[in-house]
Amino acid sequence: MQKILYAFLLLFISGNTYAAINIFACEPEWVALAQELAADKADIYSATTALQDAHLIQARPSLIAKARHAQLLVCTGAELEVGWLPLILRESGNPDIVPGRPGNFEAARSVTMLEVPTRLDRGEGDVHAEGNPHIQTSATNFLPIAQALSARLAELDPVNAAFYRSRLQDFTQRWQAAIARWEKQAAPLKGQPIVMQHKAFPYLSAWLGLKEVATLEPKPGMEPSVAHLSKVLEQLQRQPAKMVVRAAYQNPKPSEWIAERAHISAVVLPFSVGGTDGAKDLFGLFDDTIARLLAGLNH
Amino acid sequence: MFKYSALFVALFAPFAAHAATDEDLRAIRAQIEQLKSNYEQRIQLLEQRLQQAEASSKNAESTAVQARAEVQQASRPAPSSEGAFNPGISLILGGTYGQLRQAPAIPATGFAMSANPGHQQGFNLGESELGISANIDPSYRGVATMALSPAGGVSVENAFVQSSALGHGLNLKFGRFFSGFGYLNEQHAHVWDFVDQPLAYASLWNNQLGEDGVQLKWLVPTEIFIELGGEVGRGRGFPGTDRQKNGAGSGVLFAHVGNDIGIEHSWRAGVSLHQTKRVDAVSDAVPDLLGTVGGVSNSFSGDSRTAGLDLVWKYAPNGNFTETNFKLQGEYFRRKESGLLTYDTAAAKVTDSYAVTQSGWYLQGIYQFMPHWRTGLRYDQLDPGSAQVGALNAANVIGSYGYTPSRSTLMVDYSPTEFSRLRLQVAQDKSRQSLTDNQLFLQYIMSLGAHGAHSF
Repeated sequence: MQKILYAFLLLFISGNTYAAINIFACEPEWVALAQELAADKADIYSATTALQDAHLIQARPSLIAKARHAQLLVCTGAELEVGWLPLILRESGNPDIVPGRPGNFEAARSVTMLEVPTRLDRGEGDVHAEGNPHIQTSATNFLPIAQALSARLAELDPVNAAFYRSRLQDFTQRWQAAIARWEKQAAPLKGQPIVMQHKAFPYLSAWLGLKEVATLEPKPGMEPSVAHLSKVLEQLQRQPAKMVVRAAYQNPKPSEWIAERAHISAVVLPFSVGGTDGAKDLFGLFDDTIARLLAGLNH
Repeated sequence: MFKYSALFVALFAPFAAHAATDEDLRAIRAQIEQLKSNYEQRIQLLEQRLQQAEASSKNAESTAVQARAEVQQASRPAPSSEGAFNPGISLILGGTYGQLRQAPAIPATGFAMSANPGHQQGFNLGESELGISANIDPSYRGVATMALSPAGGVSVENAFVQSSALGHGLNLKFGRFFSGFGYLNEQHAHVWDFVDQPLAYASLWNNQLGEDGVQLKWLVPTEIFIELGGEVGRGRGFPGTDRQKNGAGSGVLFAHVGNDIGIEHSWRAGVSLHQTKRVDAVSDAVPDLLGTVGGVSNSFSGDSRTAGLDLVWKYAPNGNFTETNFKLQGEYFRRKESGLLTYDTAAAKVTDSYAVTQSGWYLQGIYQFMPHWRTGLRYDQLDPGSAQVGALNAANVIGSYGYTPSRSTLMVDYSPTEFSRLRLQVAQDKSRQSLTDNQLFLQYIMSLGAHGAHSF
């Protein structure tokens, strides 16, 4: 009985022994970015993995428990997490991380949003009022986000402000060099027509100059039907594309169906850190994304 | 005129030069040198100015870029919140078609003194539900859910204020809300996995317990999820009886524990206690030992104590619920009631002690076998228990029914989007002795407007 009591006490204490800043990251790309910027000064929890659809996450008890301890929430925002995060925030009883507080960081607020709908209607499918939330598919978006996140870290943990600044500087240098490298590697992709399974890559396409000619989902978030796929196939016979692209968490069937019939390659992109074996960190995410796109092109 | 003079100079200048002395030449050279150095200085100055101008124009450019970025920031809508200054409004539209063999008004055997929400036959507009919610101020959030009954009329299903501004994992709720005990009780009808509630909820909680009162929950600061909660309320919801009295009419205590196992499994388990006082709770059409046709009306006053256990476990390959997933859930409730029973309030009016322990449980599994398609199986069972009837009523009231009501239900539903759902449900209902009911239901549930996050 006494042992159980001690175990319980230990559980209680363990919740409060964090020296490092406690970060609750909604998506793995923000875990990776926070790791780059805060290194060992942060204790980072990832709410989701790259193999999960961040729109549709269960408001699991474990997430509520983690959010209770968090000092900083790092999420995409732009309604990506609207189906589960508000409930987590309410149930966690942690007023430090609610929207509007310094402890609530939305990455989408630092970048220029694409595909902001002019017409808000559920008849248009799963559209987001603030624009397409899949901002992590362009490497260039990480520069302003890193800057904003670093500033936020310094605001919450002023003692280590100089450390965060130097980490940011270091990251920015390495990232800019990497962007130059990626853009050079990706030069053959410019202007290449591609098909997407879900409208998840507008930032990637805008960055690398890919030409999106068709989408397999009839409306965002709706499962591709055979009727719609046939229509896309017909379009591809008139206006061929080089490849069909999907995120790692998505069902491979629609992509494979089209790829087989249109004789193009089906390309799986990691979409976030951990989506593929190659996407081990932020740099790996784009190394692998570009390598996979180039492989798709030379198929 | 100028042309001519220039020509003149050009013609004669060479000769003049020849005529010039060395001294003159030196003077001219000096002048030229001076001119040269003058120009060089000027050119340097000009170059400097040019550089400055270039630099400032670059600066201007970068400030312009910055300004543009700031404008973009400013023009971007505020962080996502429940409808900014306008409250989030949602409307649930639902309807069923029910095909039943037995009259739905007959309660489960042994539960004639319990609630019987029953079913609707034929085409039936289900309860439409209008929900409004928004943050009131930085500390409070308000939620109201109005149930629009098909016969007309509006009833307040939920109307509460919630505050998590207390911090430290505390969550305060007051007003009218669904009690936090068990697993299913807090869930609104539009997220139920079957057309109807399990028998245990139907008979022991009249489908769902709503209370007017105060709820305080505390999330224990542990790595795993441990939530402790307590409620005091008016006691208006069954099994309570509405009253006009100071103090609390009902109390609830609950604890929930939950965690993940890897990324594919997550679970939550709970225990709950509910207590209320029933005052002159009248039940009609209760069968008696004398076999009175149509039964009699009884009245009960006394204590009602219920204990419950609940468990839910969810699984999805890779934790990705979009493709396939499985949910297993089960709950068990055991209620002890003791007090005074008045037999046949219309005629005999015999009052004596009465105590009974009744229980019910269900177990259900929901399997999403492909995106948008789910199927589910549920088994539920009730135990009417054996009542200890006071001597005066021993010959009037049935103490033991010797029957275990049960039901098996199968459903398939299709949700084209997360806002629409169509469902087919069949059930074999053996909750009433020798009145086996084969039931068929068709249902639609559609939601418009703001669509809040769903609980686990």
